[in-house]
Amino acid sequence: MHVLSRSNLRKVVHSAISLLSLAAVIAPMMLTLSQPAHALPAFARKYGLRCSACHESWPMLNYFGQKFKDNGYQLMNDRDAPIWQNPGYWPVTFRITPIWHRISTGKVDVDVYAGGNPGPIGSTLQRVEQSGFDLSGLDFHTGGTLEKNFSFYVLPSSNNAAQFHFETVMARLDNLFGSPWLNVKLGKFELDNLLSEKRILTLTGNGGIYQLYHFRPQGDGNIFGQMGDNQLGVEVMGHSSNDRTRYSGALLSSVDGQVGLPYGSNAYSGFFTASQAFDAGKLGVQRIGAYAMVGEAPTTWRTQTGPSGATILPGSGIGNKGFSREGFVGLFYFGQHADVTVVTQHGSDNAWFGQGYGDFIDGIAPNNNTAGTVLPANARSPAWNGVLIEPHFVYSPQLIFIGRYETIRMSQQSTPGVPQNFGNISTYTIGYRYNPFMTSRAGFAWHNEYNWFHLDGGAPDGTNLNVSELLIGFDFDF
Amino acid sequence: MRTRLQRWTLLLSAIAFSALPMASWAQLSTFDIEKRIGAESHIGDITGHAKDAAPDYRRYCVGCHGPLGDGNGENAVWMPPPMYQVPRDFQLGVFKCRSTPTGTLPTDQDLFDSITRGFDRSNMPQWNTFTKQERADLVAWVKHFSPRWTNEKPGTPITIPPEPEVTPERIKAGRDVFARVQCWKCHGVQGQANGPSASTLTDDLGRPIAAFNFTEGSRPKCGDSDRDIYRIFMTGLDGTPMPSFADNIKPDEAWDLVFYLRTFMRQPSRAKEMAKQLGLKPVDPNAPVAQQ
Repeated sequence: MHVLSRSNLRKVVHSAISLLSLAAVIAPMMLTLSQPAHALPAFARKYGLRCSACHESWPMLNYFGQKFKDNGYQLMNDRDAPIWQNPGYWPVTFRITPIWHRISTGKVDVDVYAGGNPGPIGSTLQRVEQSGFDLSGLDFHTGGTLEKNFSFYVLPSSNNAAQFHFETVMARLDNLFGSPWLNVKLGKFELDNLLSEKRILTLTGNGGIYQLYHFRPQGDGNIFGQMGDNQLGVEVMGHSSNDRTRYSGALLSSVDGQVGLPYGSNAYSGFFTASQAFDAGKLGVQRIGAYAMVGEAPTTWRTQTGPSGATILPGSGIGNKGFSREGFVGLFYFGQHADVTVVTQHGSDNAWFGQGYGDFIDGIAPNNNTAGTVLPANARSPAWNGVLIEPHFVYSPQLIFIGRYETIRMSQQSTPGVPQNFGNISTYTIGYRYNPFMTSRAGFAWHNEYNWFHLDGGAPDGTNLNVSELLIGFDFDF
Repeated sequence: MRTRLQRWTLLLSAIAFSALPMASWAQLSTFDIEKRIGAESHIGDITGHAKDAAPDYRRYCVGCHGPLGDGNGENAVWMPPPMYQVPRDFQLGVFKCRSTPTGTLPTDQDLFDSITRGFDRSNMPQWNTFTKQERADLVAWVKHFSPRWTNEKPGTPITIPPEPEVTPERIKAGRDVFARVQCWKCHGVQGQANGPSASTLTDDLGRPIAAFNFTEGSRPKCGDSDRDIYRIFMTGLDGTPMPSFADNIKPDEAWDLVFYLRTFMRQPSRAKEMAKQLGLKPVDPNAPVAQQ
């Protein structure tokens, strides 16, 4: 055992005293001088509000954020016009999500090889699993005010291979005649869904959309009733000063948001919403509302025959047939930490769509309703009912737990004799988002999610199909 | 024998430890504040509880007003006066918008109205999307930051007589009041915030502050009804150079002044129409000051 000499012991004690003294100097400095690290998304940095002021959890809006949006991205504090901003301010936010995900598809038709044959000897249904690191698309959000009560939003968006399109391009006249009850928007925009798909909290392939907003019966050719897709048109909306009462009505081209008038020559849809919120004391603000989408879209495509054969004339669709989607929405809060959103839908397409007429131009519908075409005997309008339930537990503005269950049930198949449940969908999603910091400068969420998707009769052999996906990612914007 | 380094480090550590209580004022302050977490507010039949407002304060308010309510949130530095308003320091317990006499605490309803109404020409929006309960809780939360609420009671709201009918005579009388109490010195003779003192104005903490420009269409900070305007100059805006004129203006004269101020404002009003018909001239700053 090593024993220190008296002089060495004194040196060690002195050194220890010196170190402790230095620590005593530095520690208070660290404690008192250190500040929380704060790292601007466009609106937050314009107004100096934290993400959490407008978002229940970014990107989902809370009531204050919804009011801000309904006012045309204005706080209505007489400092909304860009003239009040530093000239260096540029209202742009980028968003992208690097991820790791694993997708498991229950039944895929896979070729079978045997006996050294170079070609397949048959096929079989197998589970196929994919996993690995991946990217989401990239969004360039730019929006705000051009002048007080003149708003805009432009969103060039890419898929994960950097192929861009305009997801949103709109300009808006706000508070016409000095009234919040009259605002007009023109361009391509998200429909006024009270539960916004563009602000969805989940990211997986099947869980990153609301199935209810995109549902089509199996074999149906109507792509034009998708409430979740941004649409081209004009919208009139209004609201009370505290946003408790809201309404909107939009006239849309039945093109599912596609530019260049590719489909019908004279096909329009309408989307209407109205809602009322109530003060429920300690529980919070509760909102109930209703929506309806009614429209027409073409089933007949005129062609032109040239040297290379018949080609479809873009924008020439006629033979419009009708469709409708309508339902109720409820946003219910249970105090400051728990809430649930419920959306119902009853949908119906004209029998022509149900029989595979509709978007012939993209090959979605196999049939063209040319002169003399008749529907099969007993063909009916397909109809369905669905419900979406999305609860949240908001532990704090920085941590949210998400759940969702959606089910869509066919109530009438277009072709008699087709099993009643064919094309039914059930899906649930669970996940959480954790934002390690919360400032007005940037957003970052550690995202973890699992989705399970079930389609009755969706497998190649007509049996049920299950698909699941696990996703982990860093969702950030700046 | 101690080395020179050891002596210096010991000396510095002694200074650091002795300075620790001062340096950790913030922590002590938090302790002080937390002692008042039981603060309540009373808005009609609703009782607000400070403790219930913590999540909302953290979500919506802390970025500007700061975790200690001292107005030093992370965004405060980006709101330089006079173009912007520095976030309110709740620890001081001094508020512009009150129904109570100058120097006194506001009522709970005053704070509730301020949260609901927001403040034009600042980053404080209207928080009328909250439930009444949430706003009442936030009022209690605001109160818990300042010891003034434990030591003092709010003032008694001033009495505002019923609003008389606006007449050309009253507008002219209001013009005389405007001249006599020298509103023009800050607000300018035409209400354009360009009086001779306008550029020198500072608040109680020495920060530059702008006089209200009646002509640009903004709403007055503490409300835009006639009663609100009456209340503003009779109670004053505490913490700012805008004094209370309760001792200089009689209640009836105060209504005359309200009508005259309306003639400056962009918003349409009967007073404005009458002033146009009268061909009313602005006050002459060089004219002898009329005695009351």
